[in-house]
Amino acid sequence: MRGIVRVSSRIAHRLLASLPALVGVLVFTFLLMRVLPGDPAVFFASSPTAGPEEIQQIRVSMGLDRSIPEQLVLYLRDVLTGNLGRSMSTGQPVATDLAQRLPASLELTLAALVLALACAIPLGVMAALRPGSAVDHGVRLLCSIGVCAPTFVCGLVLIYVFYVVLGIAPDPTGRIGAFDAPPPDITGLLLVDYALVGDFESWLSAVSQLILPAVTMALFVLAPLARMTRASMLIALGSDFIRTARSVGLPPFKVIVGYGLRNALLPIITITGVVFSTMLGANVLVEKVFAWPGVGSYALDALVSSDYAPVQGFVLLMAMIFVVVNLTIDTLYGFADPRVSLR
Amino acid sequence: MSEHLISVTDLHVGFSTRRGAVKAVRGISFELVPGATLGVVGESGSGKSVTAYAITRLLDRAGEITSGQVSYFGRNLGSLTEAEMRRLRGSAISMIFQNPRAALNPIRCVGQQIADALNAHGRLTRAEQRERTLQLLRDVMLTDVERIFRSYPHELSGGMCQRIMIALAIACEPKLLIADEATTGLDVTTQKVVMDLLSSLVAERGMGLILITHDLGLAARYCGEIAVMREGQIVEKGAVDTIFGHPRHEYTKRLIAASPTADSTIEDLVPEGEAERFAAPAPMKVSGAPLLLEVRNLSKNFSGFAAVSDVSFTLAAGESLGLVGESGSGKSTISRIVTRLLDKTAGEISFKGESIGEVPATRFNSHRARRDIQIVFQDPHESLNPRYTAFDSIAHPLRTLEKSLPREELNRRVRECADRVGFPAELLTRFPHQLSGGQKARIGIARAIATRPSLLVLDEPTAALDVSVQAIVLRLLDNLRKEGGLAFLFVSHDLNVVRMLCDRVVVLQAGKVVEAGRAADVFMKPTSEYTRTLLQAVPSFSFRARAKVESPVEI
Repeated sequence: MRGIVRVSSRIAHRLLASLPALVGVLVFTFLLMRVLPGDPAVFFASSPTAGPEEIQQIRVSMGLDRSIPEQLVLYLRDVLTGNLGRSMSTGQPVATDLAQRLPASLELTLAALVLALACAIPLGVMAALRPGSAVDHGVRLLCSIGVCAPTFVCGLVLIYVFYVVLGIAPDPTGRIGAFDAPPPDITGLLLVDYALVGDFESWLSAVSQLILPAVTMALFVLAPLARMTRASMLIALGSDFIRTARSVGLPPFKVIVGYGLRNALLPIITITGVVFSTMLGANVLVEKVFAWPGVGSYALDALVSSDYAPVQGFVLLMAMIFVVVNLTIDTLYGFADPRVSLR
Repeated sequence: MSEHLISVTDLHVGFSTRRGAVKAVRGISFELVPGATLGVVGESGSGKSVTAYAITRLLDRAGEITSGQVSYFGRNLGSLTEAEMRRLRGSAISMIFQNPRAALNPIRCVGQQIADALNAHGRLTRAEQRERTLQLLRDVMLTDVERIFRSYPHELSGGMCQRIMIALAIACEPKLLIADEATTGLDVTTQKVVMDLLSSLVAERGMGLILITHDLGLAARYCGEIAVMREGQIVEKGAVDTIFGHPRHEYTKRLIAASPTADSTIEDLVPEGEAERFAAPAPMKVSGAPLLLEVRNLSKNFSGFAAVSDVSFTLAAGESLGLVGESGSGKSTISRIVTRLLDKTAGEISFKGESIGEVPATRFNSHRARRDIQIVFQDPHESLNPRYTAFDSIAHPLRTLEKSLPREELNRRVRECADRVGFPAELLTRFPHQLSGGQKARIGIARAIATRPSLLVLDEPTAALDVSVQAIVLRLLDNLRKEGGLAFLFVSHDLNVVRMLCDRVVVLQAGKVVEAGRAADVFMKPTSEYTRTLLQAVPSFSFRARAKVESPVEI
C-alpha cells in the first residue's frame, strides 16, 4: 500500500514537473505558426477572387484582427477549457479529429514497434555474441539498408513487390479492407475492436492492411534498436558477473538471456521510448504512402493550408504523448533495475 | 585415476592482439593433491590470472591454450567439449574473483544467484533450493540470511559480497577452488575475516585451493606451497618456509625485499643498484619547524550521515603525518577537505596561520594557497587525462596557477619536476597509455610538486601499483620530502607503508580519531583495541608474525 502511494506520488510529481514544458510547447508553436508566411484568411476565402472585404470578414471571425498577445491569451484560455479550436479544412473541432485519427497512428506505430523489437533484439544479441563474424556483418548491412533507404522508398518497393507483382497484399489504401464494415468504435484500435466483437475475417483483413506499413516503419527503426542492443549486450557480456555465471557452470541460455540481456535492457528501453515517440509523429510519409488515416498526415495537410488550430493541437498532443512515454520508460527502468528506485 | 587433483603440464597460453601474438603463459607445470593449498604470486602481467582462466577454460575469445595439458584427476580438460566443461565448472572447479560487487549480477537478488548455480548442477525443488541456499549463506558466516537472500549486491558491503561469492563458488561442492586476488581491495580486517573463512571452509571440505595474489604476506599466511611467477613462467616453487626463508631465485629475493613488512625501512625495499640513483640526502630536522597545518574539530556530514566528526590534528613544515583506517573511516574525506576539494560542515582549518576552511571549495582555485597544497591521487592510471602528454600533465598546474610563465621557463620547470621524480625527459611527449604504471605514478607526483607546494596530500598513492614499483615510488617520495622540505599528509590503509613513511599517525574509525601519536609508538605499543586489530590483520611473511597466527583459525 505504501509502495503504491509512493509510486503514484512520484508519477504525479513527474506530471506536474512536465507542465512548464507543455506550456512552453504551446506558446512556441503558437508563435511559430504566426511567424510562418501565409494568411489563412486568404486560403479559406470562398473563391480566389474574393475581395478584401470578404477576407477581412473571415479574419475577424477567426480572431486574426486582434494583436498577437491577445490572440495568445485567448488561445491559452481555450486550451485550458479543452477547446483546441476548429479545423478550417474538415470543419470539425480539432479535438474530435485527433481523437478519431490517433488510434490509427497508435495501432500502426505499436505494431511496427513490436515487429521491430522482435527482430532487432535477437539480431543484436546474435551480433554481440560473435562480434566481427558473418552474422555481425549481415546485421550491420541490414541496419544500414533500413536507415539509408527513405521510408517512402521502402514503402513503395514493398507495395510494388507484394501488391503489384506478387498480388498477395491488399490495396494500400487505409486501414479497413474494401469489403469490410468498420467495427463498433470501442477502443479505436481496429485489431482490438474486431477481436472484441468476434469478427475474425475482418480482423485478418485488417492485419493484412497493417502489415506493409508496419514493416516499412519497422525497417526504419530496426537500425537504432539493433545497434543499441548489440552495444549494450557487448558491455553486459564483458562484465565480471557474466564471467562468474560461466565459472559456476550456468547453461549458455541462462548466461546470455537471464544474466546478459536482462542487464543490457536499460539502454534498449531508453532507445525504444525515443523511437516510439519519433515513429508516432514523424513518420508522416508512411501514412501518406499507404493512405493511412493517422494524425501525422492530418497535421501535414493542416500545415500546408496554414490551418493553425490542427497544427497547434497536434504539437500539443505529441508533447503530451512524449511526457507519458517518458514516464512509462522511467517506470520500466524501476522494473528492469532494482538500483534505479534508489536514485 | 590420478591422485593429483589438478596437474598442469607445460602449459602455454597465447593471446592474439592487434600487435600480433602475445605469449602470456610460457610453459608452466605444477600439480596439486586434494586438500593442498598453492599460492601463486607475482606482479601484474606475470600470467597468474591467465593460468587460472586457462585451467577453467574461461579465457577471453582472444586467448588460446597453444600447447600443454591440464588434467583434473587424470582427465584431460582440453579434450572435453564445451558442454562437458560447463558441467565441471562449479561442481568440480570453482573460482572466486576480485571486486566481489562487480562479480555478482547487479539486478538479481543474491540468493537467487546461488540458487541458479545449484540449479545448473542438479535437480532440486524450489523449497530444497531455497533451504540449501540459506544453509550456504549460514556456512559463510552470514547472519539474517532470509534478508540477505532477498538483497541485491549494491545493498551489501564488499566483504559480504565476497562471502556470497564464496557461497556461490562452493555451492556445488567443487574439489578445487581458485581464488583470483579474492581480497584485493578489501580492508585488512575484512580481508582477514574472508580469508580465514575461506581457508577453514577449504580445510573442512578437503578442497584444494589455488590462491592467486600479488600480496606475498597473504600467500605466506594461507598457503602451504608457493609458486612465484614472472613473465609467464614459474621462476621458483616450493614450500612456503623455503620460499620465504631461503629464496633462491633473484626475482623472488627482489619481491620479498620490496614487500613492506612490520620491521622494514624504506631503504630495505629497493635493491642496491637502483638505490644509488637516489643519493640519500641528510634527513631534515623536523623538531622546532613552524606549524604548517592545523585542523581543529573538523566535521563533515553527508546528508545527515557523519563521515567525519570532531577530528583535530596538526602538521609541521616538512613533517609527514599518516591517516590510517578502514574504508568508511573518513580518511579520504579529510584529505579532500584539507585539499579544499570538498567543503567542511564544521571546524577550522588553518594553513600557515591563515584560515582556509571558510573559502568555498569551488572558489579555492583562485586562492593563493592552492599552489601550496597539492594532491597525488590514488590511481595513477585513472587520474591522468588520456589526451594529455606527460609534459602537458605536468605543465597543467603551472599553466593554470602561474599563468604568465614564459615558454622557456615553463619548459625548464616541467623538465626539472620530471627530473626530480626520475621521469626520463625523452618520454615527456608520450601519452599515458604508452607509459608503465610506475611512470604514470611519477607523472602524478611531478604534477603535484610542479607548483612547489609546501603540503602534499597523498591519497593511497601506491595502492594500485606492484610491490616493486611501490618500493621505488615510496623511496622517491621519502627523498622528495627530505630534500624539498615538503610536508606530507599520507592517507593509506597499508599500515606498513605508513609506518615507514610517516613520523606521526592518526588512526581513524568511523570518522573519529581513535589514536594518535608517533608512528613508532602507535605501531609498537598500540593503546587502542582497534589499532591492535588493524595491526594483527596485516598479513605478513616475516616469521615472527607468522608464528602468532599458526593457531587454529577462529572466526
